[in-house]
Amino acid sequence: MLTLTDGGGVVHIAVTVNRERREAEVEPRQLLVYFLREQLGLTGTNVGCDTSSCGACTVLLDGESVKSCTVLAVQADGHDVTTIEGLADGDSLHPVQQAFHEQHALQCGYCTPGMVMAVVSFLRENPSPTEEEVRLGLEGNLCRCTGYHNIVKAVLAAAEAQR
Amino acid sequence: MTSVGQSVLRKEDARLLTGQGRYVDNLGAAGMVWAYIVRSPYAHARIVGVDVSKAREADGVVAAFTGGEIEDAWPGGLPCFWPVSDDIKLVKHLPLATDRVRFVGDGVAVVVAESRAAAKDAAELVEVEYEPLPAVTDVAEAPADGAPQIHDDAPGNVAYTWSLVTGDVDKVFGDAEVTVKERYRQQRLIPAAMEPRGTLCEVSAAGDITVTTSTQGPHILRTAFTLVLGIPEAKVRVIAPDVGGAFGSKLDVYAEDVIAITLARKLGRPVKWIEERSEACVATIHGRDMIQEIELAATADGKITGVRTLLTASMGAYLQAVTPGVPLLGAWLYAGCYDVDAYDFHCTGVFTNTTPTDAYRGAGRPEATYAIERAIEALARKVGRSPVEIRRLNFIDSFPADIASGLQIDSGDYHASLDKALEVLDYDAVLAEQQKRRDAKDTKQLGIGFSTYVEMCGLAPSRILGALRYGAGGWESLSVRVLPTGTVQVMSGTTPHGQGHATTFSQIVADRLGVDVGDVEFLSGDTAVVPTGMDTYGSRSLPVGGVALYYASEKVVEKARKIAAHLLEASEDDLDFEAGRFSVKGSPDRGMTIQETAFAAWAAHNLPEGLEPGLEATFVYDPPNFSWPAGCHIAVVEVDTETGDARLHRYVAIDDVGNVINPMIVDGQVHGGIVQGIAQALWEEAVYDESGNLVTGSLLNYLVPSAAELPSFELDRTVSPSPTNPLGVKGVGETGAIASTPAVVNAVVDALSPYGVTDIDMPTTPERVWRAIEAGRG
Repeated sequence: MLTLTDGGGVVHIAVTVNRERREAEVEPRQLLVYFLREQLGLTGTNVGCDTSSCGACTVLLDGESVKSCTVLAVQADGHDVTTIEGLADGDSLHPVQQAFHEQHALQCGYCTPGMVMAVVSFLRENPSPTEEEVRLGLEGNLCRCTGYHNIVKAVLAAAEAQR
Repeated sequence: MTSVGQSVLRKEDARLLTGQGRYVDNLGAAGMVWAYIVRSPYAHARIVGVDVSKAREADGVVAAFTGGEIEDAWPGGLPCFWPVSDDIKLVKHLPLATDRVRFVGDGVAVVVAESRAAAKDAAELVEVEYEPLPAVTDVAEAPADGAPQIHDDAPGNVAYTWSLVTGDVDKVFGDAEVTVKERYRQQRLIPAAMEPRGTLCEVSAAGDITVTTSTQGPHILRTAFTLVLGIPEAKVRVIAPDVGGAFGSKLDVYAEDVIAITLARKLGRPVKWIEERSEACVATIHGRDMIQEIELAATADGKITGVRTLLTASMGAYLQAVTPGVPLLGAWLYAGCYDVDAYDFHCTGVFTNTTPTDAYRGAGRPEATYAIERAIEALARKVGRSPVEIRRLNFIDSFPADIASGLQIDSGDYHASLDKALEVLDYDAVLAEQQKRRDAKDTKQLGIGFSTYVEMCGLAPSRILGALRYGAGGWESLSVRVLPTGTVQVMSGTTPHGQGHATTFSQIVADRLGVDVGDVEFLSGDTAVVPTGMDTYGSRSLPVGGVALYYASEKVVEKARKIAAHLLEASEDDLDFEAGRFSVKGSPDRGMTIQETAFAAWAAHNLPEGLEPGLEATFVYDPPNFSWPAGCHIAVVEVDTETGDARLHRYVAIDDVGNVINPMIVDGQVHGGIVQGIAQALWEEAVYDESGNLVTGSLLNYLVPSAAELPSFELDRTVSPSPTNPLGVKGVGETGAIASTPAVVNAVVDALSPYGVTDIDMPTTPERVWRAIEAGRG
């Protein structure tokens, strides 16, 4: 478990990220999102706010969506993290990514990685959602470009494709 | 088959869907340091002293500067490109304030450190002594007698006055059988692109400067950096990488870019600055914030004869790039799509102790559309006509139309979009449902709101911009190059930040050249790759840039035709060009593809006498007119009369944006715009407290809507091709945001009409709605 080092203020952690074991020294205050972005170079996960409001930084922690700006890197020690970079299977997009492409569910793309990860997690919990359930399920992820219309269509299409 | 008119899936997506986006914060450079700006916590204060000495000594800190220590870098301060009038007060706007701060968020010092965290930590050690001064943040109070004076050289806080008068307004109003006078408040909005701003500046040993910045305007910035910092323009390269949304807010020449360049030159190291969301709320421009007084003169049966408008528009604390011009972009539209005889518009721009305003999606046109679309319903109530009847009575119905405000609408059919909207909605059924709920005293009441809008976009004819004193032209430059092996490069002066240029523009050039969309490579957003451009704003990319691309493609085809004619030993007139292949009329076997002409043009072994080798062309297109999209949006809201909560029940949008290149992308633009407009109507407002603090300083309390608050939309189109360009296209990027706000507020007012409500301020929050209902209940 966690042990703070003397004085140096860094902690050794081991996290499985996108099926690969990664070890690093992190400051206890280091947020998971900056660990991913700046220490591991996985910049697909974006930061959109300071307040856990926008969901741009959503990743999967042990398969469930979390806002990685609200999780400390040390809290991920010993756990499994999936980011947008780890979602596609080689060259073939994950069904949620594919549905976002086909339904034009992204414009500038900034919210997209977090939105896609949130959808992946949501559809695991609810594989056959209604439109209403999709809208409520994505309440924690903001998009300023699409008006959500096509995101909702994409989620329903991905659910259909995954059944 | 041509791809134009088809919903080709986006070329941009694969990268963005897999986490390979190149947003500024994803980029870095060897030896890079981080900048953090120390900002004023006061809305208005005299700076007594700034001490950065403790910050300089902190761990990881490379340098720290007060505004005064580096102000020599920017002798004239930040530019305003649109001095709209003779009386304008071009107040000095320093990237870092030296003697006085004028809004919460005004920068006073900068700290540079080896890491993001070290810079932020050290910024807390900067000691600034302020002497607070009285502040004014309300646009209506700023010009009043006794209000705090924000700039010594702008008495009464007046930045400028501007008027547009046509026809005999006094006579028309004197003769009017009916008049209505309304006062509306356009609340202040925060653009809130999902990607906050950021910049990365690198300086080579030879002094070449590369600025990679989250911007809509790399070309405008390159010129601006030269003007502000005195660096030779040829030494400056500006790159707009992937940009995570902008909506007008990333068009400006911002302090942080100028500061980063200055620091990188001073320190000889790459400097990066990334905006935090709470910074973005104060340091990136705001939108709207004006008081509108609109008066309609009409006949007894509701035919409008004149429109008189008085605006008081907040500039915020300083004039940013086009701040003064924003209210004026709506100046021609206060009669909307209605035929009137006389027109009178006055605007006073005023300074307030707030974040500067500037272009935000629609820029002036949403405000104008809101005023006329609300006012015409007030007139309908007064003369006892329905919202549909009053509009039909007043529609402009002959095109091109010379409008009272002095411009010419290119094309349109306003009756057609209204008809279609009523049909899609099934208006009679919704009216019946509304009546049923009213009769039953249901706690969920329905309101139906209309907005029949027209807007002017596709900025803009350069000579008109010149007449309006705008500092630049409105043309766009596009180049097409066919490489020797047949793939095609498009070099575009307009750059995307989500609009899908790479796909739409590929469709245009593929259609003209007869090549596959997949064989077109789209390049933009780097002044070293595309040296000439006017960038992206005002829904101009397609109606200006796309048309330039059409003409550049035509030039390429004409050159290829010369080469093909030469090699096929035929006259140019004897060649057909179809599906990318030239062939001799009557001998279809004798032919060559455009790719083959490209190779021949490159090898240049056998070209017509005098013809330049290579197959490429540039076209710089200056539009002869604005583009005038129009349409009819109908909002149906459901108001909970017990809680005051107002939600969209249905939303029908019929837009006429001329010919459509990619329907999927056009619909996406409309969806996003509609939501930004709905958000203004129902939720969003930048609120300042009495001391001038921004209360809504994060996404916790500035209410950008989520999917949960919104319905799906019912879209359709009518098509009036623009006669001013060969593609017949019009702009679409802002139509949704222009149309939706008045539709929604008209619907809320309609829902509350049984309680005698005729007006309600935006945003129509549950509290405002509940109070309106309670007041009506008496």
